[in-house]
Amino acid sequence: MRYDSLLDSLGGTPLVGLPRLSPGPDVRLWAKLEDRNPTGSVKDRPAFYMVAAAEKAGLLVPGATILEPTSGNTGIALAMVAKLRGYRLICVMPENTSVERRQLLEAYGASIISSPAAGGSNEAVRVAKDLAARNPEWVMLYQYGNEGNALAHYESTGPELLADLPEITHFVAGLGTTGTLMGAGRYLREHRPQVQIIAAEPRYGELVYGLRNIDEGFVPELYDESVLTGRFSVSAPDALRRTRQLLETEGIFAGISSGCVLHAGLALAEKAQAAGQRADIALLVADAGWKYLSTGAYGGTLEEAEARLEGQLWA
Amino acid sequence: MAIEVRIPTILRTYTAGAKSVEGSGGTLDELFSDLDARHGGLRERLVDDAGLRRFVNVYLNDEDVRFLGGLGAPVHDGDTVTVLPAVAGGAS
Repeated sequence: MRYDSLLDSLGGTPLVGLPRLSPGPDVRLWAKLEDRNPTGSVKDRPAFYMVAAAEKAGLLVPGATILEPTSGNTGIALAMVAKLRGYRLICVMPENTSVERRQLLEAYGASIISSPAAGGSNEAVRVAKDLAARNPEWVMLYQYGNEGNALAHYESTGPELLADLPEITHFVAGLGTTGTLMGAGRYLREHRPQVQIIAAEPRYGELVYGLRNIDEGFVPELYDESVLTGRFSVSAPDALRRTRQLLETEGIFAGISSGCVLHAGLALAEKAQAAGQRADIALLVADAGWKYLSTGAYGGTLEEAEARLEGQLWA
Repeated sequence: MAIEVRIPTILRTYTAGAKSVEGSGGTLDELFSDLDARHGGLRERLVDDAGLRRFVNVYLNDEDVRFLGGLGAPVHDGDTVTVLPAVAGGAS
């Protein structure tokens, strides 16, 4: 397929069947491969949408500085757009993220401000909000609360899923900013009122939940619980096991967050199969495994891989 | 048999540092009341007048209880309940 530029090739990602993981002809699993986006992750969709909306609103003018809290993928997507459009990008990223994410951001010319490992992305959000308040000329797109994030999925991911899988019964995706599930979830519900919208979130080590006070907790402004029908917390061992299973059985080399999604998807498939119900379950594979190779997730025993991930933001 | 409840670091002051405690009850609400009898003050950190506190997530066998009936969610011996603070997580 031909496009005028890399940015124009956004979306239109393949939906592939998972015949070996599906329990039977009536209960089928499908994977939407979001690594086939311009910078290799689903985050290209919201990043491009948020930048376009900010340009349209006159917030972003040539030479402007963009600030964003990110654990990696959104930053990488923004860094590419910023490079092409002539903006400076500063990412606030937790220090316990993989080295590849830093290398990619630097390759695209972004600056990185590290936030403390303890508290994970929570700290990155706090530091970024603090920086934004002290630097009013910087533009924080703020993926956790920017409607453009959910809108990107409402206008692209959702329609693509419905077009490729009109018989969809379940949609499963990772829960971070909640943008994917909110946007695609709302679109699918409007067209298939019975569809189940399921979140799969990584359960990290204790370090990430090390808040000083429970009132410092964080729920993304975009999150609307009523869009979801279920939400699963997936441990590192389960996520790792499923990430490897996806590679070994279907040949898909996915990032570790996709292991969480597969884990939830298989539970739903098993339930539908046991109940004798037809199911077509779409799983969102947010990215490929390249950026996580240095974490050791794909080599050695599961126990070794799990030990190496302890304290890391692995999804 | 009992119900295992995993406690996050931030609330272990109520459990004398224990990472997990055991309790019983037919619903999550009853389980929390049972825990509070031995770990005074814990329930109030998890629940307010409106139900589960905004920044508290509770998972019953890895599924968010808000989608299983909230405090009324039925619990059984052998279940595992995990309490976690709500934080910005996932790939973002």
